[in-house]
Amino acid sequence: MTVESTAARKPRRSSKRTSAVKTTAKTSAKTPESSEPELVQLLTPEGERLEHPDYSIDLTADELRGLYRDMVLTRRFDAEATALQRQGELGLWASLLGQEAAQIGSGRALRDDDYVFPTYREHGVAWCRGVDPTNLLGMFRGVNHGGWDPNSNNFHLYTIVIGSQTLHATGYAMGVAKDGADSAVIAYFGDGASSQGDVAESFTFSAVYNAPVVFFCQNNQWAISEPTEKQTRVPLYQRAQGFGFPGVRVDGNDVLACLAVTRSALERARRGEGPTLVEAFTYRMGAHTTSDDPTKYRADEERASWEAKDPILRLRTYLEKEGAADEAFFTALDEESEALGKRVREAVRAMPDPDPIAIFDNVYADGNPLVDEERAQFAAYQASFADTAEEGK
Amino acid sequence: MAMEKMSIAKALNESLRKALDTDPKVLIMGEDVGKLGGVFRITDGLQKDFGEDRVIDTPLAESGIVGTAIGLALRGYRPVVEIQFDGFVFPAYDQIVTQLAKMHARALGKIKLPVVVRIPYGGGIGAVEHHSESPEALFAHVAGLKVVSPSNASDAYWMMQQAVQSDDPIIFFEPKRRYWDKGEVETDSIPGPLHKASVARTGTDLTLVAYGPMVKVCLEAAAAAQEEGKSIEVLDLRSMSPIDFDAIQTSVEKTGRLVVVHEAPVFYGSGAEIAARITERCFYHLEAPVLRVGGYHAPYPPARLEDEYLPGLDRVLDAVDRSLAY
Repeated sequence: MTVESTAARKPRRSSKRTSAVKTTAKTSAKTPESSEPELVQLLTPEGERLEHPDYSIDLTADELRGLYRDMVLTRRFDAEATALQRQGELGLWASLLGQEAAQIGSGRALRDDDYVFPTYREHGVAWCRGVDPTNLLGMFRGVNHGGWDPNSNNFHLYTIVIGSQTLHATGYAMGVAKDGADSAVIAYFGDGASSQGDVAESFTFSAVYNAPVVFFCQNNQWAISEPTEKQTRVPLYQRAQGFGFPGVRVDGNDVLACLAVTRSALERARRGEGPTLVEAFTYRMGAHTTSDDPTKYRADEERASWEAKDPILRLRTYLEKEGAADEAFFTALDEESEALGKRVREAVRAMPDPDPIAIFDNVYADGNPLVDEERAQFAAYQASFADTAEEGK
Repeated sequence: MAMEKMSIAKALNESLRKALDTDPKVLIMGEDVGKLGGVFRITDGLQKDFGEDRVIDTPLAESGIVGTAIGLALRGYRPVVEIQFDGFVFPAYDQIVTQLAKMHARALGKIKLPVVVRIPYGGGIGAVEHHSESPEALFAHVAGLKVVSPSNASDAYWMMQQAVQSDDPIIFFEPKRRYWDKGEVETDSIPGPLHKASVARTGTDLTLVAYGPMVKVCLEAAAAAQEEGKSIEVLDLRSMSPIDFDAIQTSVEKTGRLVVVHEAPVFYGSGAEIAARITERCFYHLEAPVLRVGGYHAPYPPARLEDEYLPGLDRVLDAVDRSLAY
């Protein structure tokens, strides 16, 4: 699909507000005038509010400001991390620039007792879960491979092998169902991951066992340098149909639509009606990671066309139009953003290298004599340098 | 005291039954493990007694089996998954190596992965391609995994109990050609540690180290050597990761000679690891270089040739003679 055709398509509009959220997630219908599938959209790029018959949402001004704040702070954190990588403080960074609405919308749809299985780019979702953003940087600085307790925020470790976590999410959701709990599980992955066997297997398992899991695919159009056309010949959300559960495409740059659609899918899972695939149609504005160069594989015009759909700008326009936020709010948020950037910067620079002996920590839960032996050898070897230093004095 | 004579297959079945009965968090998962009871009937009758929610027939997707087991373990369950045959584990190898083995360390010890991956392994049953392999070294090489294999019914019973109770992921290799061998199982006694080797036969002239299906061959070789006046000690390793090097060292310090026997290819195999470590530990006790007997650096052959490929009595005795000739 081309970006132009998507941009040109206008979403279906309804003047009637639906009074209640429909109980069943539906597969989006195709518009008659276009072969492209329709996006669920509640807020246009111009900041105009729309209604959708299946996904109504009614938020207070306070809640709207909260979503805006989440997106702004997440973007500020991401920008700081990108800068820190450029300054040599981080070995790598996977930016979420442009995907704030998909992550904050879906992240704010979650309940505390839901469980999240992220990839390595879900900084906004982590923010919603209350994971301290500085914890996300240890892996990229090279001081750990994750480093947080997944159970303290129900936010699993970042997973780098593409798509692996969708199976963990499915198994976890099978366990939730066995426990008789009414919480739900959400698995994040990208358009590239949709080609992985593990994602297909997670679709199979979750459908067969009716697991309460939501698959949240952020189709950001590019898997490193490969466009979505190199991953699939059908719109990604339509994959779900073949596995026997609903798929829906949502405007991934529309935080309200992402919130409404994810909430609906989570409620469906809680009711015991099984998995849903949500395809958040969005765009990665930056590089895949700081290691690649998007100018080598995509046109500037493409990025420019998506800039017009910026998730933060459109909500700001709406807030201002509705009088839901005043200048004092934006000024205070700017200050909060700068403070966050400073805190992140200082935290990263202060992050100590781990004690070398930590190589041997937590390899096994029940211990292992080989690890003990190698730890002792390593400690003695390290200590031998201390002796040398002493002698040199 | 409850002493019962049963096959390895039956011992595993009884052990899994006991595990399901003792801990409601234990689950059995795999292809055909339900009504059929597994292609080797190791899970026979378990679904009937514990229900489809505890003994779960899965889609035919090995990565999915292990990947969802990881998720269930994260939720507090203790899944015991069955890979139908050794050669079919590779679609799940990614989940086992990149996820299952490493997650505890990545979470700085905050989460545990008590998953048992059962793999019927090894040759000798005349099977077709991918049904007779011995990939234990590929798993033993990976930090975070523990790899074990019983050689008799009693160990099958108790090692499975211990594997299920372990908070670490355990790759549990079952010697499929020994499934029907019977032995005494003391179902009440407290077993020794899971990763401790056992002396299967005492001797003074040479040590044979083996595990799983090759222990029986080594015991037969030792008996044959006895007729020629040679006293062979046979050590059943039981665990390929970690390895009980202390037990091997004790034996080699007594006999001065070591031959390691396994079905897997010799090249980069567990015998190489044992030879290297024991040479380091026992250099001045060794009367001969450590010798290895095992499979060749070739794909597992068609069934009509597997007797040539697998170490048998004669190949083991030949290695014994070569060692004693030094």
